[in-house]
Amino acid sequence: MKTIAVIDYGMGNLHSVSKALEHVANDQQVIVTSDPEVIRNAEHVVLPGVGAIRDCMAEIRRLGVDKVVRENIASGKPFLGICVGYQALMQDSEENDGVDCLAQFDGHVRFFGDPLLDEQGEKLKVPHMGWNKVRQSGNHPIWQGIEDDTRFYFVHSYYVEAGNPAQVIGETTYGKTCHVALAHDNVVAVQFHPEKSHHAGLQLLKNFAGWNGQV
Amino acid sequence: MALAKRIIPCLDVDKGRVVKGVNFVDIRDAGNPVEVAKRYNEQGADEITFLDITASNEDRDTTVHMVEEIASEVFIPLTVGGGIRSCDDIRRMLNAGADKVGINTAAVFNPDFVREAAERFGSQCIVVAIDCKRVSAEGEPGRWEIFTHGGRKPTGIDAVEWAVKMTEYGAGEILLTSMDRDGTKNGFDLEVTSAISNATPVPVIASGGVGNLQHLADGVLKGHADAVLAASIFHFGEYTVPEAKAYMAAQGIEMRL
Repeated sequence: MKTIAVIDYGMGNLHSVSKALEHVANDQQVIVTSDPEVIRNAEHVVLPGVGAIRDCMAEIRRLGVDKVVRENIASGKPFLGICVGYQALMQDSEENDGVDCLAQFDGHVRFFGDPLLDEQGEKLKVPHMGWNKVRQSGNHPIWQGIEDDTRFYFVHSYYVEAGNPAQVIGETTYGKTCHVALAHDNVVAVQFHPEKSHHAGLQLLKNFAGWNGQV
Repeated sequence: MALAKRIIPCLDVDKGRVVKGVNFVDIRDAGNPVEVAKRYNEQGADEITFLDITASNEDRDTTVHMVEEIASEVFIPLTVGGGIRSCDDIRRMLNAGADKVGINTAAVFNPDFVREAAERFGSQCIVVAIDCKRVSAEGEPGRWEIFTHGGRKPTGIDAVEWAVKMTEYGAGEILLTSMDRDGTKNGFDLEVTSAISNATPVPVIASGGVGNLQHLADGVLKGHADAVLAASIFHFGEYTVPEAKAYMAAQGIEMRL
């Protein structure tokens, strides 16, 4: 049986991600694991995560997940990063006084700023929490069946500024332009929580589960 | 700005059943929490809050199982509150599938618990629930105090100052309930909602007193709330979530339709 490995490095709510994947997967077993062998044998790999980046990166390194992520991305199989798992794929983050990340994307994780203001000069709340519109760019397979400007559920205080515009497949405005979905070859990564984004989120996960990693 | 204001149906759960609300004397049964949560998910609710109002600890396992069941079928954010007193309680609820936990009384008795929880699990999943009552007299500038034990015990703590302190301790969101209004159907206490929303950097959920759809809209327009929570108007079919959203959107409020 084909498997989708959800990488468990002790940070965050893996239950939601795995339940949502089980809900949409066809003939695929969803396994929550930190075992490099199980991850290596999986056809699809998901790197989730919530919480502070310093703790996440510390656990990723302590458990050798950094090596596992690099290997699996290099192998060409479909790979999905979610939320802090998305930020962890960037070069570095400003959170916790600066943390080096896995540098799988050319991008930096920035603080929203205090104060963060909207176009009218009104102060915006941080974290950016709730349902916001995602502008799609390009025609990536994970957007299949999802309309442009569909709302997804976000919760984050730091946002990604991508270094390579060609890798940006989704943007959101919250006081500033945030790059919320990046893609490169077999890797796709999103800031929002597809597992918490109702129909649109499940559709995105279904698209990922059915994706062969080619664009 | 494109971030939508949220509608959050609240399930007050006692002994495994959704009941009308904490402060109602005449508690009406509103169904099985899993079925109710699924119904709101299908209606397009933006989040669901599950408030365990069971007093006894032996029913806690029931809550964990229900949270698991809801989280397996409902793919929108789920907050679980009631009886969260330790990091173990939080871990248990997050593992069961909750996305956020509401900390109420425990924060009042031990504010450092909020700090510890935010450091351990991240601010994004720590909601501090504030139950307050107006203590200023008619005509005086508004002053509200935190009450515990279902609104029976005053603490002498100023609600606005407390909200600010809790965000400094790491709360990622404030769930603000006016005990004066809870169960009255007279609308939110807009004054305290706006005072706390303007004083804190994090999102504020208004709660307590919703009797009609204008109350929800006022919570956002006049109370400056980021989200509005209601229970009975949805439980007994007076209004559906789509009706509420359409009503709010018609007043210019950004909603996820």
